[in-house]
Amino acid sequence: MKPFDPRLLKHARRARLPVAAVAVLGAAAAGLIIVQAQLLADGIAAAFTGGATLGALRGVLLALAAVLAGRVAVAWAGEIASYRASAAVKAELRRSFLARAVELGPRWLAGRRSAELTALATEGVEALDGYFAKYLPQLILAAIVPVVVLVRVGLADPLAAVTIAATLPLVPVFGALVGKMTGAYAEQRWRALAVLSHHFLDVVSGLPTLKVFGRSKDQRAVIGRVTGEYRRATMDTLRVAFLSSLVLELVATMSVALVAVEVGLSLVYGHLGLRTGLLALILAPEAYLPLRQAAAQFHASADGLAAAAAAIEIIETPPPPAGERRAPAPRVIRAEAVSVVHPGRSGRAPANFSALFRAGEISVLAGPSGSGKSTLVDVLLGFAQPSAGRVLVDGDDLAGLDCETWRSQVGWVPQQPYLFPGTVAANIRLGCPGAPDAAVAAAARAAALDDVPLGRLVTERGGGLSSGQCRRVALARALLPGRPVLLLDEPTAGLDPEAEDRVLDTLRAQAAAGRIVLIAAHHPRVIAVADQVVRLTVDEVQASAAQTARYEEIPV
Amino acid sequence: MTTYSRARDGRRLALAGAAGTLAALSSIGLLATSAWLISRSAQHPPVLYLMVPVAAVQAFGIGRSFFRYAERLAGHDAALRILARMRMSAYDRLERLAPAGTAAFRSGDLISRLVSDIDATTDRWLRVRLPYAVALATGAVTVAVMAALQPASGLVLALSLAAAALGAPLLADVIGYQAERRLSPLRGELAAATSDLLNGAGELSVFSSSAGALRDVTAAGAAVTRVQARSAYARGLGMAVSTLAAGAALWLCLAFGVEGVRSGAVPGVVLAVLVLTPLAAHELFSGLGPAAQEIPRLRSSAARVGDVLGRPDPVREPASPMPPPAAPYDIRVSGLAARWEADGPDVLSGADLWLPAGHRIAVTGPSGSGKTTLAMVLLRFLDPSAGTVTLAGTDITELDSAAVRSVIGLCEQDAHIFDSTLRENLRLARPAATDAELRDALSRARLSDWADTLPAGLDTPVGEHGARLSGGQRQRLALARVLLADFPVVILDEPAEHLDEETADALTGDLLAATAGRTVLLITHRPVPAAQVDQVLRLTGGRLAEVPSAGHLGTKRPDLQPF
Repeated sequence: MKPFDPRLLKHARRARLPVAAVAVLGAAAAGLIIVQAQLLADGIAAAFTGGATLGALRGVLLALAAVLAGRVAVAWAGEIASYRASAAVKAELRRSFLARAVELGPRWLAGRRSAELTALATEGVEALDGYFAKYLPQLILAAIVPVVVLVRVGLADPLAAVTIAATLPLVPVFGALVGKMTGAYAEQRWRALAVLSHHFLDVVSGLPTLKVFGRSKDQRAVIGRVTGEYRRATMDTLRVAFLSSLVLELVATMSVALVAVEVGLSLVYGHLGLRTGLLALILAPEAYLPLRQAAAQFHASADGLAAAAAAIEIIETPPPPAGERRAPAPRVIRAEAVSVVHPGRSGRAPANFSALFRAGEISVLAGPSGSGKSTLVDVLLGFAQPSAGRVLVDGDDLAGLDCETWRSQVGWVPQQPYLFPGTVAANIRLGCPGAPDAAVAAAARAAALDDVPLGRLVTERGGGLSSGQCRRVALARALLPGRPVLLLDEPTAGLDPEAEDRVLDTLRAQAAAGRIVLIAAHHPRVIAVADQVVRLTVDEVQASAAQTARYEEIPV
Repeated sequence: MTTYSRARDGRRLALAGAAGTLAALSSIGLLATSAWLISRSAQHPPVLYLMVPVAAVQAFGIGRSFFRYAERLAGHDAALRILARMRMSAYDRLERLAPAGTAAFRSGDLISRLVSDIDATTDRWLRVRLPYAVALATGAVTVAVMAALQPASGLVLALSLAAAALGAPLLADVIGYQAERRLSPLRGELAAATSDLLNGAGELSVFSSSAGALRDVTAAGAAVTRVQARSAYARGLGMAVSTLAAGAALWLCLAFGVEGVRSGAVPGVVLAVLVLTPLAAHELFSGLGPAAQEIPRLRSSAARVGDVLGRPDPVREPASPMPPPAAPYDIRVSGLAARWEADGPDVLSGADLWLPAGHRIAVTGPSGSGKTTLAMVLLRFLDPSAGTVTLAGTDITELDSAAVRSVIGLCEQDAHIFDSTLRENLRLARPAATDAELRDALSRARLSDWADTLPAGLDTPVGEHGARLSGGQRQRLALARVLLADFPVVILDEPAEHLDEETADALTGDLLAATAGRTVLLITHRPVPAAQVDQVLRLTGGRLAEVPSAGHLGTKRPDLQPF
């Protein structure tokens, strides 16, 4: 992993100024360190060898006080600047990658990805704080301070400068070596801890299940044993991994010791003044400090950088192709030999599907699980692109239409509708925020939603409603804007027969009003109201593919 | 045993602290003796006189690295041991609380939050207490040496070190803890807004609302950042305080030192030591800033863990339990009331149910009507607040809860599938089961057609939460487990929830077929075909009422049923 990813600033332009401020403050800190060392050496030498009194040293003491005040200000401003940089990067990265994720659509988001991305938008991006607050300032100091110190010491005592110059490169060289070894170790340790946490989490999550089978008491010992085994394995690698950082520390401290001895002997033989010797001694550790601290902070920042890289990867994912022509209010939708290939699955679903959906008719898509009913609905919405074939809207290729205007022609009920926290009425109003109460109530009635007051609060993920109620809220939501196309995936699942009849009556009325009504369903009662039933079949290749699915072994 | 290992953890921590202190003292000693060496050299003594300080400088240089190595090893070892102990003791408590006492933590993120909070208790030792202990010991020794050289400088160093060590944590505590408390709900709002945006991406896009939802997320993120600004200012102030303390010490020690040299109280050769020692000591203490910043976060974690682990037991085990009852296992529920929180509302109130051995009853009702609460009470996961439940004539509160669960089993919605192999997930139900028995259970759950095609067979890993299985396969695996455990009474709690319509219909039928001959309580909000069960009850307003047109038990009122 690179210590600094320039893409961060490319994608977070507003962070440039604070990052520049962090760098300027770093340079100021380096300058102040040099001046402070100079003043200390001056003061000590003057008092010790020159017998100077406080009065004589007034100038030095005043200057030192000013330098110290400067260091306090720089330390405070440095924290604020790194917070600003971090806040700007976090805000821009979060907004950009979420915007792109939404553009990439629900199909791309499906499954675990939305949970992962929620974590990335929250904890993941937040981890950048560690990078900006701890690592970046040290990295900047590490680039400036050693050079400045070396030049200053070189002017005063070339021999000490040679000692520092000879050992200083060892720090990054050993640092890289250590980094390689501790990187592998950190990786290993991180993985061990991750496996450990995962095991503990798995057991705690499964506690109710364990209790049902009377096995919960056994797990206490298992937790202790598993943790103990990992401890032993980790400590074995640690003993070796820490040896390499021992060498790194030795290089840094021993070169300070060498400088001290060298300066001491030069003083004895009168090659050097005390003032110069003290300056070399005070500055020598400063040359190594930022490098060592940057190395120590690197792992604290790794999480943030990894999160940033993941966010940038999403931002740089090309959005799905989109046309530009405005979509018409359609009369006819024609699917021509539409096939969709799914990554990781051989066999197409749908496979070579053709059909004609006309305004004023109810068309039912029927077919077994896995034949591609939901995928076809996604294709019609532009959430999925056909691998072969095309969809024509009033004779115009869907791929050439502007997605936004096309989707605004469609009322949609997905297989698992998502309800947002808020009232039932607010959920129904999603596509029509200004709809009057009467229209919302009418849509709810048309969706057979009598058993739920419109003011009822829906909590996360439709909590407070049954799945049948959620589906009817989604149906009312799709009906309210009165769009010319209705795409409904299993709209009557989980409904009792009476409610199902009422919903089907509504759908007949919608078709009679000149809409294209397209339903994916397998219930006979839905099929019975269809003007047209189109059957999808499972692709032949797919059936055999399922049997050769391979499973990877988990290394435990 | 716990006390013993706790004492050993303490010894290891003490070892790490001692090594850390020696490393820190070596680091300060290196600079102090170097300063003395250089000052002494300036007096041009014979080189032989410098051999001891030269050796000391080198010894400190080498010692620092080796003590640091020892500190790291001992510290990591202690951390992992403490982690194991913390987890085991937290598990003990959770084991008594789950599932009713941890019901608020059912969602995956909350459980993982709890688990990482438990792990964070380890950080308290390693990232806060250990650095502070090392700083305290090192500071004390350094101050003592300084005071021996010049009492005034010793006092200055003592005060400045105290300011550096306490200033940062106090600021972090006052400002940071407040900010941290305000942050938690704001972070939750950000996560909720993000989750809405991503999970509802399709709906938002079709109903032209993406831009607004994205603005909501941005606003929630900005609210988090605004509160973090306060933490950043606290951090900045903390840094300023510790830099100021270091600077003041440096300045005052120089001034006192110069005056001491002038008055003859301090030999000139010591002046550099008096000035450079505070420099080295404060460099060590500046490392306490990051440690102090951890305090508010760790305190919040500890408070959340304490909040969960301190809850009252949801079930009171009898002091002298009745002997486990024998078959037939008739279940009678009369006037049952139950609640999740001691001061919360009753979810069930006055519920009656008569479930004779061998019968199958379906309980329907809308979400939140208390169906799952009923199952929790029957499984003795939750004590009734009023009324009684008897199993084969014995009040279940008189029975050991494990004894009740050896008779009554549960196949629930989203049953937990462990991240292990098919075999291990099945053997959970019966550890001694043979492969033939496992395959038989799979076949009764109608999973064997699929399981037979797996190249690794029963050793196939199922993934985290059974991610490598389809939703229907997960529920069938859970069913196979229940069949293997051979419970005489089985509660099926919304077994087909979260499955698509077609799979749900097939699964419900298969579940009822596979549990034929057992006593079954099917809890569902889906319509139940009357032919599949003996009676359908509807749970509303905390009570169970009969749904007409059910099977042959339908005509019999529960309270009239003879024993």
